[in-house]
Amino acid sequence: MSKPVFVGLDIGSSRTKVAVVDSEKRLLGHDIRKSGTDFAVTAAACLEASLAMAGATRDEIANAVSTGYGRANVAFVTGHHKTEIGCLAKGCHHRFPEAITIIDIGGQDNKVIKLEPDGRRSGFKMNRKCAAGTGAFLEEMAYRLDIPLEEMDGLARRSTEMVKLGSYCTVFSATEVLENIRNGKKVTDIVKGVFYSVIKRVLEMDSTTERVVMTGGVVAHNPYIVEMAEEMIGRSVMLPELPQLAGAVGAALYALDEKGETNG
Amino acid sequence: MAEEKKPMRKKIQAADTMNKIMADYFYGLNEAATTGKQKVAWCTSVGPAELLRAMGFAVHFPENHAAMLGATRMSTDLIPAANAIGYSPDICSYLTADIGSYLKGITPLAKAYKGIESVPKPDVLVYNTNQCRDVQDWFAWYSRKLGVSSIGVTSPKNVNEVTDAHIDDVTRQIEALIPTLEEISGSRLDMDRLRETVTLSRECTELWRTVLETATAAPAPLTFFDGTIHMGPAVVLRGTREAIDYYNILLAELEQRIRDGVGAIDEETSRIYWEGMPIWGRLRQHSELFFQLKASVLASTYCSSWIFPAFDGRDPIRSMAKAYLELFIVRSDRYKETYIQGMLEKFRIDGIIYHDAKTCPYNSNSRYGLPQRVEAGTGIPSLVISGDLNDLRCVSDEQTKTNVEAFIEQIAEGK
Repeated sequence: MSKPVFVGLDIGSSRTKVAVVDSEKRLLGHDIRKSGTDFAVTAAACLEASLAMAGATRDEIANAVSTGYGRANVAFVTGHHKTEIGCLAKGCHHRFPEAITIIDIGGQDNKVIKLEPDGRRSGFKMNRKCAAGTGAFLEEMAYRLDIPLEEMDGLARRSTEMVKLGSYCTVFSATEVLENIRNGKKVTDIVKGVFYSVIKRVLEMDSTTERVVMTGGVVAHNPYIVEMAEEMIGRSVMLPELPQLAGAVGAALYALDEKGETNG
Repeated sequence: MAEEKKPMRKKIQAADTMNKIMADYFYGLNEAATTGKQKVAWCTSVGPAELLRAMGFAVHFPENHAAMLGATRMSTDLIPAANAIGYSPDICSYLTADIGSYLKGITPLAKAYKGIESVPKPDVLVYNTNQCRDVQDWFAWYSRKLGVSSIGVTSPKNVNEVTDAHIDDVTRQIEALIPTLEEISGSRLDMDRLRETVTLSRECTELWRTVLETATAAPAPLTFFDGTIHMGPAVVLRGTREAIDYYNILLAELEQRIRDGVGAIDEETSRIYWEGMPIWGRLRQHSELFFQLKASVLASTYCSSWIFPAFDGRDPIRSMAKAYLELFIVRSDRYKETYIQGMLEKFRIDGIIYHDAKTCPYNSNSRYGLPQRVEAGTGIPSLVISGDLNDLRCVSDEQTKTNVEAFIEQIAEGK
């Protein structure tokens, strides 16, 4: 094999992410696309794009690990999988090798994961059944406000007087949003309130340790949420270079570990 | 790439014997109710069953019936019928499933036992609120519906030490039931028969304890999921010789497994404690999930709640009162923490899973910081999963699976 590569496939409920690393743990290629309804097809397309970026071929894949909601749907590539909690921990510890609390805000669920300095997990929490505080909540609110999802960050930044949403429930929150629209509140202020609600839901899941890392698509696409989170927890938050890829990178690092080909 | 290996759960051979004595029990109940040969009492699971049995009643346990509704996954379709008449989806889903089953005229007994058409009609309803207040409301509904007396014991809650004052109170309440029960049964309480029944109950629960404690062996010969099935006789037949005979058979099989080094899980790699109610409609899936992960869920508060060391035939009523009060669910969080810590040590547990059951706050011990305190005291990691005993509308299978898999990964990485 000319140049063995290690692949991590994170099949999320909303987006599929693939990372390709080499035996030195360097990220060579990656891709993100909508998961859609056929996880296997999406994963295959994502894999091809990542390999192309890495300048590698399928024959050069020494090992692959899948993770995420659809982790069992890509057995044709990997044959085995890890949970997204384990992969997020692995990916974040690689980038931040210290005691950290990871806050991941995904499409359907949120996770708070605590790591010891050596990378071992000391505990984790996932949101309960409801979608409060997840990407799905943002999507629903964007729909209610009739604004494109990608414009939310810019709108929230322009808020002058944030509207607070009180409800846990996505449906009740939507009603609150409608009520605020009816009462003439500005969309910018409502969007900031929506962001505030997301962070509050996540921070009430668990306590945080001194060093906090945020990951996930919501963070990647809405940097203002990170700024608001920093303000709410009273200290700075660390981000990987590609926050949405943290789980896929972790899966790729597991693939590398399993083959025992790491040099570092 | 290889397909995931389909897990093959190991069957406990004694199950056939258990199925037969459970069938005999249900047919006996049915006969009592349909022929009038014997009066029928409905009793809560840790109600004064010994007294009822000694007074000649055939005893039906609605909680057992509700668990059957859950295990057969009938409950989720029946609960809405009770919701619609004013019983909230947020209250006990045993209650709502059972009342829903009555309203719809459906019972798993009819499916499982040919010739049985319905649950046995009661002559009296007897509760003990040591489980929760919901059992009283549950029986009150049937009392109004069927025109049958509902009588019972109101237990104290959050008891730290069980004192003489507690026992005096419950003893008096049990004694106060006797005149009504004598009137309904048409015969006087025979104290010798009560002594004998309590002695048999003690023997049954001691055997059940020994059965559960076989899981201190590594690998453990039985799982929590086996326990939830095999506890049937300890719940519905305590105070009878049949239950004792059955647990002797089961115990012999489990002891043989230990001698042969056979575990309930192949290559047991982690030992898990389950705190809270089972998710009845997911017993098989959960059993297979843990089997696949080589994780043995081998001990639980739930199955251990039918161990009553206080039963004493020499002082039957007072010992019943003490036994019903010493129940885990009656006790303070301080007691519960100490109890759980003791169980984690005894069974050499690697991780504890708390089931937060949406409709059962009394059996959900993760809501007041207890997991965090136990974890701080023992260093044993914990996981809380959200679900419910009977209402599958409150269960997310994917969330449960990811949580459990991640927890087992965490334990493996920590070893």
